[in-house]
Formats: sequence, structure tokens, C-alpha cells
Amino acid sequence: MAKQTCPLTSQQVVDLYFMEHRAKLLDIAAFLDRLERAGGGEGLQDIRVRALYKAIPLLTDAASLGQADRVKRVQELLSDQTTEPTPAAHTQSALGADPNGDY
Amino acid sequence: MAYIDPHIHMVSRTTDDYQAMAEAGCVAITEPAFWAGFDRSSPGGFYDYFRQLTEVEPKRAARYGIAHHCWLCINPKEAEDPVFAREVIGLIPEFLDKPNVLGIGEIGLNKNSRNELTILEEQIELAKRHDRLILVHTPHLEDKLKGTRLTMDALANAGIDPGRVLIDHVEEHTVAEVLDRGYWAGMTLYPDSKCTPQRAVDIIECYGNERLWINSAGDWGPSDPLSVPKCHVEMRRRGHTQQLIEKISLENPLAFLSQSGRFALGN
Repeated sequence: MAKQTCPLTSQQVVDLYFMEHRAKLLDIAAFLDRLERAGGGEGLQDIRVRALYKAIPLLTDAASLGQADRVKRVQELLSDQTTEPTPAAHTQSALGADPNGDY
Repeated sequence: MAYIDPHIHMVSRTTDDYQAMAEAGCVAITEPAFWAGFDRSSPGGFYDYFRQLTEVEPKRAARYGIAHHCWLCINPKEAEDPVFAREVIGLIPEFLDKPNVLGIGEIGLNKNSRNELTILEEQIELAKRHDRLILVHTPHLEDKLKGTRLTMDALANAGIDPGRVLIDHVEEHTVAEVLDRGYWAGMTLYPDSKCTPQRAVDIIECYGNERLWINSAGDWGPSDPLSVPKCHVEMRRRGHTQQLIEKISLENPLAFLSQSGRFALGN
């Protein structure tokens, strides 16, 4: 188990935060449903959506149990893991997932 | 309680925001030079912006008892053209002795390109030459991890004392490396990106309260100039002490910013 660093008990965390995160879970489900109901299939193959599908299992896989490191693992999955500077900036904005990632 | 918002872009905010921040307890802010949401067409646009940061905003803030300080630079989003960027950098020394200028910032990387890195290195040298503090912007989303590491390497290569650098916009995957290498770390509270107040408190719980602060980075996009006091509410909701809240939002920023020799609290 992870070391206790939050002053609340786990039951207090559930009581305080469950409804908010239930709503967020339903938002993700609704987003994925909306994608399937939308016209054309391009969005389903978008790198951001593929990254999301790959990230969701990290929330429940065995490697995260008791480690309290899910956010870090998701952040790393969505990050550019290369180390050299890119030759040039062709855009000013970020996507939210590595455009060259293996998703 | 009195607090400092050490990163907010008041040029993009209304006077009503100053009023609301003052009522919430804000006594001082620092405003880094940043991207205005569009690329400026000439170095003259930056000259006027630096005047706004050093002459106009301090007066606007003072009407609400808030001390206003700033950081000057060319931001990484407008640094891809080195010739243009160097013209802007050439304007900065004229402003460095203005009383509210704390240092160079927010410098850093955006898409982690070679040109951005070159201009970052030149601005690190500018700070070093003038013995000024540095405030670092780390890239957004997928570019943050790599950009944070490249930036820390550039600072180390230049021989900069990490205790005089604040690396901002840290998240769960960057905060440990930033603190381990001796830098100060800032968490930015945004509704859609960076940290929510809840995640910022999680990070404090996991990584401690030394060399760490929170800021709103309120600007022209989705952001909240009252996110710092809202984060205090989240800390209290979990049972954290008033002492811890004051450490994160008053004592820590005061300790870092006071190294400039120019930082003061408002009324």
C-alpha cells in the first residue's frame, strides 16, 4: 500500500469526492459514445482518442494497485519521451498526446 | 488570509479582478512576460508591453493595495525566429532597473525546438550577466516532460544556482525531478490543463511543502484569478493546517522572490 499522505481517511475521501468523480466518469463514457454517433470514422482513429483508449486501462491495471501513481503513469503515456530538441517548431500548440506516440 | 499570487497575467484581466483578488486577501503578485495570444508584428510591440508591465500595471494594482512585480523576456512561442527574438532581448536591459522588475521570465520552451533552446540559453545568460532571478515556463501537455528536462540541462550547463530559479507549471510527472535537482517548483491552477486545485493539493501531500508554490497564471484563456484562494479552501476541506496554507502561499513565494532584493508585500 502507498504511504498515507492525505490527512483524510479513505472513507472520508469516498464521501467527499465520489459524486464528482462519478460525474467525470460518465462524461468520459458520453464522450466515447458521442464519437461513435458522429459522422465519419476519422475521429475514432485520431491519435488523441487512441491515446485515451490506451490510458484508461492504466486506472485499473495491477501495476497501479497500491502504488498511488496513476496520474504520473498517464502523464508519461501522453508525453513525448524523446530527448533531443526537435529541428523546428511547426506549430505553437500542443495536442495533449504525443503525435509520434505508439498508441 | 494574506496571500501572494506569484504568476498572473493582469494585462489580460479586468480591474474587477484586482478588486476580487484584494477582497480574497491577495497582497502581492508577480507578472511574467508572456504570449499575448497572437504574435507581435515588431519588437516595438514588446517595447510597449514592457512599459505596460513596468509602468501601467503597478499603478492599477496599487489602487487595490496589491504590490505588482514583473519579469521580462521574449516568451518561447515567439522565439522560433532568432533574429526577431534577439531584437526583443536587446530591449530588456533598458527596463531591468525599473523598481518592480524581479528578473527574467517566463523563459523556457514551447515545442522544444533548437531555435527555442538557443534563445532560452541566451536569456539565461542575460539573467546571469545581470545577476537576476529566473522564472521558467515549461511546455504544455505532451511537450512538458521533455521540455522540463532540456530546460534544467540548459540551466545547469550555464552554471545557474538552482535555488535562484523557479520552474513553473510542474505536474505529477515533472515535480519530483525539478525538486530533486534543487529548483523551486510552481503549480499552476487551471480548469482544463495543468493542475486542478485538488491535484495541486495531492502533489503537496506527496512531495512536501519545501520550494513549492501555487499560482493562478490567470490570463486571456480559461483561467481563474481566484484559483489560489480556492485551492486554500480545498486544503482546509482535507484538514490541512493554516500553517501549511501560509507556507505554500506566503512564506515560500516570499522566500524565493526576496532573493531579488526588490520584492515587497502590499498593504
